[in-house]
Amino acid sequence: MNRFIKIVGIAGLLAMASCSKEITQRNQNFAALNPDKTDTSAGSWRPVLLSSVTEFGCDNPIAVTSPDYKLELLEIKSRQANMSDEDEALLKYWSAGTVLRWNEILRELVAKYNLPPYQNPDGTYPIPSAANPLVYPYFPFANPPYAARAYAYVSAAQYDALLAAYHYKGFYRRSRPAVVDNTIKELVPVVKDYAYPSEEAVVAGAAFAMMSLLFPGEQDYLQDKLNECLNTRILAGANVRSELDAGVSLGKAVASKFIQRARNDRAGKAIGTPADWAKLENSAIARGETPWISQESPKRPPMLPLFGKTLGFLMDTTEVINNRPPAPPSTGSAEFAKELDEVLWYSQNATRDQMRIVHFWGDGAGTYTPPGHWNAIACEDFVNMRFSEVRWARNLALLNMAMFDAAICCWDAKYAYFNPRPSQVNNKIKTLTGLPNFPAYTSGHSTFSGAAATILGHVNPGRAADYMSMADEASKSRLYGALHYRSDIEVGMQMGKMVGSKAVDRAKTDGAE
Amino acid sequence: MRIITALTMFNMCFSLSAQTESDALFMAKKNLCGGFVYGNTTWDHYWEGTFYRDNANIGTFKSNSVMAMTNYGISNSLNLIASAAWVDNRVTAGTLIGQKGIQDLNLFLKKELWAKEIKGFNGSLVAVGGVSTPLSNYVADYLPLSIGMRSKTASLRLLGDVQKGHWYGTASAMYTRRNNVTIDRNAYYTTEMVYSNEVFIPDMFSYNLRLGWRDGAEKYFELLADRMNTLGGFDMRKNDMPFLSNDMESLRVGVNLKYPVPRVSGMSVMLTGMHTLTGRNMGKAKTLMAGVVYQVEFKNGAKK
Repeated sequence: MNRFIKIVGIAGLLAMASCSKEITQRNQNFAALNPDKTDTSAGSWRPVLLSSVTEFGCDNPIAVTSPDYKLELLEIKSRQANMSDEDEALLKYWSAGTVLRWNEILRELVAKYNLPPYQNPDGTYPIPSAANPLVYPYFPFANPPYAARAYAYVSAAQYDALLAAYHYKGFYRRSRPAVVDNTIKELVPVVKDYAYPSEEAVVAGAAFAMMSLLFPGEQDYLQDKLNECLNTRILAGANVRSELDAGVSLGKAVASKFIQRARNDRAGKAIGTPADWAKLENSAIARGETPWISQESPKRPPMLPLFGKTLGFLMDTTEVINNRPPAPPSTGSAEFAKELDEVLWYSQNATRDQMRIVHFWGDGAGTYTPPGHWNAIACEDFVNMRFSEVRWARNLALLNMAMFDAAICCWDAKYAYFNPRPSQVNNKIKTLTGLPNFPAYTSGHSTFSGAAATILGHVNPGRAADYMSMADEASKSRLYGALHYRSDIEVGMQMGKMVGSKAVDRAKTDGAE
Repeated sequence: MRIITALTMFNMCFSLSAQTESDALFMAKKNLCGGFVYGNTTWDHYWEGTFYRDNANIGTFKSNSVMAMTNYGISNSLNLIASAAWVDNRVTAGTLIGQKGIQDLNLFLKKELWAKEIKGFNGSLVAVGGVSTPLSNYVADYLPLSIGMRSKTASLRLLGDVQKGHWYGTASAMYTRRNNVTIDRNAYYTTEMVYSNEVFIPDMFSYNLRLGWRDGAEKYFELLADRMNTLGGFDMRKNDMPFLSNDMESLRVGVNLKYPVPRVSGMSVMLTGMHTLTGRNMGKAKTLMAGVVYQVEFKNGAKK
């Protein structure tokens, strides 16, 4: 008996100590991108902002017979001959797709910056400053509207830049290094297409420029990622240096147009002023409604109350207002009381599986936000769909433009009605996850998810029903979590689908189908 | 912050009753003791990384628990100890809902390796191996309110004890291997994005020092200090929630008391108070525990 217990005990300890604690991540072993269609006609697809794909120029490439080009080939050969383990790892990482990896980088920055500022000693809150991004509070506070906008700008800029790149590729018809010199080995699958300018460099240049604007404190990090991304193209034997340089220039040039737009899209003023905040409250009171009050302590100003006025990509401000949903049940009505009771019930009776759903879709402070979650869902499906880089960019642009406009419509409704959260009205209601600091109607999660599922169902019809049931679960998670009334989630979902259908309309006419 | 809870529960096992996994006292062969311990832990300040702060959205964190424990003497120098607790965690401010339920099962095998009297000093060396596993499907990824970490653990403690007359000192060190846990999310941020529902849980190291006076195993008073730190992990960012894989550290001091109940043979009461002096990514907790244990003596009393 004695010995038996000892043996069992020691065996148990050894068994535990022997299993590895290394975590294999889902995005670690994505296969190298190997598109089944090259989409060489993408130069004729409809851009988002560019007036035409030739709006920004792309200089003549040097001749493949020139000594400079020969030197560039030598760079490939010497890098390939001296490949380190780290080089191999980077090659594998970036080979999964350039649009994909920059999307992941963006998600990571969103999560890093998605924290509300800590209060001042007097109980007010400091406002992050783009001019001083590295001084606390760090700029930006990448909350869901900010994130939705960031994902949209980065994706759309990459898409437009790639359309221009595809145009110039067809125009210059520069052969790939391995075609010019058959001693060059291509170490990753390389699209049988022209090589100048490098489409990967175009994507990277556009992403770098756009993300430097959105996350100005991260320029060193972004520069490292840019260099890493470009170097793997040399290592892969896929591009020579001048193809990359031209790509980065073109990507940055196209991004400059998006940067210009971002500076004037009114998002910078979305935080409003104390006078704006008071007006929202007074207007709700004047309508006979209980106004939203921050449940944070000290009370935090509402999150981006004027974000509903931001210029989206799919709808203009008039359309946003015209599509504003009808008012939620009045806070004095019997219907409101009934919905409030339902929230209280979930607060006290959520099942373990409903708790799982709340946490799975929580996407609160410190995460990549609900739009980030939908980007992750989309990307994990796209890696199996063998899209070309330009189709990747196009589909993510559609997804993210839909979620950006969904954020605008949702924030428009939230601040038009300024209605209270359930836990404000009934302090018996406790939430299963963090309570966002903005009005309830409509649910952001529901609006984002309705929009995302609609456009994703269009670009990946085989999964349309799955996306819709995921959106439904994401939406319900906010009721289970006691954060939202039923009308918030139902109307939010309808509104999201409406915005998603605008993205579908665009998709049908952008030339890619 | 939530680890406070987990640790409090954990510490209960070794700070509250004699013949536990962190003292040198043994149940005699075929003797059995069992008892219940009520615990109360509160804090209203915590360390966010190294930044010491309060949080008006949490107010005061309160953990109440009831632990059942038992110790069986397999032999005079080998004991099997088991414990499990029901925990209720809540906060007094903000909107976050509290959590309650059955936490983890802890099992320890305690073996006396060596014991000798040299010039009036009684010395002994003890090894304690432990395992723990969650007993219910509680939510782990909801710090500071979740009732535990869900990590399956295995620990090894080495302990030295010296007694002269009634006065004694005990020093021990413990390494805890903590398995990764699975959470309800499938992606999360630490210092980088992680695309997995698995969370790396750093192992843990702790030291424990006790000085006191004892008369047998049922009557003692001791002062104790307890230092623990995780071997890795990251700091909470400013205004972020705590996370399972934070770098957690604490230094606590406290008192332990055990006294037999008069006229009730085999029954003793125990009291413990612990106070956190310093910490990292944890609450500055105060813990009070009160328990009753009953010992069934089939043969002799406790060995020491």
